[in-house]
Amino acid sequence: MKADVVEQSLYEVRKAIYPRAVRGWFAAWRWLLVWGTQLVFYGVAWLPWNGRQAVLFDIVHRKFYIFGLVFWPQDIIYLTVLLIISALSLFLFTTVAGRLWCGYACPQTVYTEIFMWIERKVEGDRNARMKLDGSAFSLKKFAIKAEKHAIWIALALWTGFTFVGYVTPIRELWGEVTALFGLNAGAPVPALGPWETFWILFYGFATYGNAGWMREQVCTYMCPYARFQSAMFDKDTMIITYDRLRGEPRGKGDGKGDCVDCSICVQVCPTGIDIRNGLQYQCIGCAACIDGCDQVMAKLDRPKGLIRYSTTHALEQKLTRAQMFRRALRPRVLVYCAILATVVGAAALGLWLRVPLKVDVIRDRAAIAREAEGGLVENIYRLQVMNPTENPREFEISVAGAAALQLVTEPRVAIGATDSRMVPVRVRADAALLAPGPHKIRFRVRAIDDPAVSVEEKSVFIVR
Amino acid sequence: MSQFTSGFWDLYIGIISIVSILACAVLLWQQSVQKTAVSQTSDHVWDEDIREYNNPLPRWWMWMFYLTIVFAIGYLALYPGLGSYRGALGWTQVKQLDEENERAQQVYGPLYEKFAAQDVVALSKNAEALAIGQKLFLNNCAQCHASDAAGSRGFPNLTDNDWLWGGTPEAIEATITDGRNGNMPALGAALGEEGVRDAAAYVLEISGNASDSIRAARGKEKFAQICAACHGADGKGNQALGAPNLTDKTWLYGSGAAIPETIANGRAGHMPAHKDLLGPAKIHLLTAYVYSLSRK
Repeated sequence: MKADVVEQSLYEVRKAIYPRAVRGWFAAWRWLLVWGTQLVFYGVAWLPWNGRQAVLFDIVHRKFYIFGLVFWPQDIIYLTVLLIISALSLFLFTTVAGRLWCGYACPQTVYTEIFMWIERKVEGDRNARMKLDGSAFSLKKFAIKAEKHAIWIALALWTGFTFVGYVTPIRELWGEVTALFGLNAGAPVPALGPWETFWILFYGFATYGNAGWMREQVCTYMCPYARFQSAMFDKDTMIITYDRLRGEPRGKGDGKGDCVDCSICVQVCPTGIDIRNGLQYQCIGCAACIDGCDQVMAKLDRPKGLIRYSTTHALEQKLTRAQMFRRALRPRVLVYCAILATVVGAAALGLWLRVPLKVDVIRDRAAIAREAEGGLVENIYRLQVMNPTENPREFEISVAGAAALQLVTEPRVAIGATDSRMVPVRVRADAALLAPGPHKIRFRVRAIDDPAVSVEEKSVFIVR
Repeated sequence: MSQFTSGFWDLYIGIISIVSILACAVLLWQQSVQKTAVSQTSDHVWDEDIREYNNPLPRWWMWMFYLTIVFAIGYLALYPGLGSYRGALGWTQVKQLDEENERAQQVYGPLYEKFAAQDVVALSKNAEALAIGQKLFLNNCAQCHASDAAGSRGFPNLTDNDWLWGGTPEAIEATITDGRNGNMPALGAALGEEGVRDAAAYVLEISGNASDSIRAARGKEKFAQICAACHGADGKGNQALGAPNLTDKTWLYGSGAAIPETIANGRAGHMPAHKDLLGPAKIHLLTAYVYSLSRK
């Protein structure tokens, strides 16, 4: 069959989506997560801790404060582990119940939810918004649109400000911002730096643009997670499913299925798809269609769950809920759980046993071995001693290893709070007691006030 | 500042860049509409039943392509990129480096100025100055003089108060600023093989080591004729020439077999000048640090 040939644009203009407000069990869960994540995000930046900000990522000084812990760039392994845990959690949740992250916790979903709530408060629900957008330009329309965008921009700027407040101390930043508007005249406050300004505006713009304008396009065109998450689905993954057997044929009247074709499920969808066509890549798993359909079914006195979380196998093999849930504990899921539990356990143990002291040994390479008086050989090392705690500390250096190794330099060093020092160290040995060539040497650095704070590093001692 | 000897290549690069950018724009404009079958899928079928939906990109995506073209043109107008054209901003890496150095000077300058006004002896007792001095030393001097400043073969020990070129603050500062060239001439030809061994025996004797007294006696004559010109009649050296004191137990190039080798083949010690690298303020602090090392 030869299809008709037409001229078609390679690029598509976005069709506006007007999601209808929805209430229900899953919407409540989403709002719970919106509140939870946003109280943490907007709130934690303001918490004080021992005279500093509780959570602060001081990029300029490369110190990362998280409550009682101070991380240095050398602690990158903890960030790596955090990312591994996040990735494994994503695999696990997705395998069990689809795109849970996308539907409930992703910032794109969370901010879109907040922005849509504002939109509803200002412009009204779906029908009112469609009517408003369809109407000719008027002063009233302009006023409504202006009000919506003003609130959006204010919230977006506050988000950008909070974001930057995790990198520059937020109270200082607040002083700098208010000084811009002359609110604290007289107080000697430094001006808002050009980069601070840029990043506040940048994150503000990103929030406003993504949650106000881009919305589902971020998920369908830009998000890599969205595309690879469905690769983790199998036939026992719980996804949002329309029960075709029960619903079809659609419509009202005798001989028809339970679906009355009211199109509520399409109207509430934030990505503008029809879930009755089956699983689609645009579906972010927000379950708004479940809430919408359940309301209709309740009104019609029919059982809920025409659209529900279900699995391909459950539909094909007509499994009961209990049978379906039992299938969740399949080998793949158990393996994910085991790996995740291991990594989380190891990370927790690592943090628990973390010694607040770091030492690097760098051997002087220009002079391999130095002759000293009386048949002695000297090797020189630099010990980079880092004290990541917030108290100044004194440490003692000692050497061990091959026989006759002797530390010549002053063993005690004082290091300031969250500071580091390069300590040149001279080690001496009687050449007669050691064979020519390299010998093992271990440097131990121990805090004077707490013997548990102790680090050992290896190096070599060379006798020529 | 072109790397090419002929102006042709500058022109070549410039024209290729502009033509490619314009070609991209034309291609984009031409290809934004295509003749296609009315079909939901792209009509390709893989593995019997896998079809690709014909999902077009969003329109704003196309505008981003155009935006990159606008950016490229703006960038090439402002910055050097088109052959020998230097860009409207006149930006160069060297200029940026100079600006950054100037900014660093504004930040750190006052810190060094505070110390520049004090004399070296006072600074050598100032913990803050010594901490900065040590960092400068570890970054600039330790490669040769070792991290503990005690040197190694061929590189003087700075902690022993035995100085080749003088240990006064002025002498140390001059050594770091302008560098030093120590030159021990090769005397193998002048002394002959036996003469070298005799001289070496004498040098060992005056520094209090065991040596062959007959050879040493012969060596003493040669020393007075040839070596004393620089090392002095008593062998105690001459700091104006950088000639080392031979009566102590400090051996820059090693004792024993190294001594006749030094006499026969000579030595050329070289301390590079640091005035352009570090500047007077940092050298002042380094001087204080080095001065403090032998006075602990």
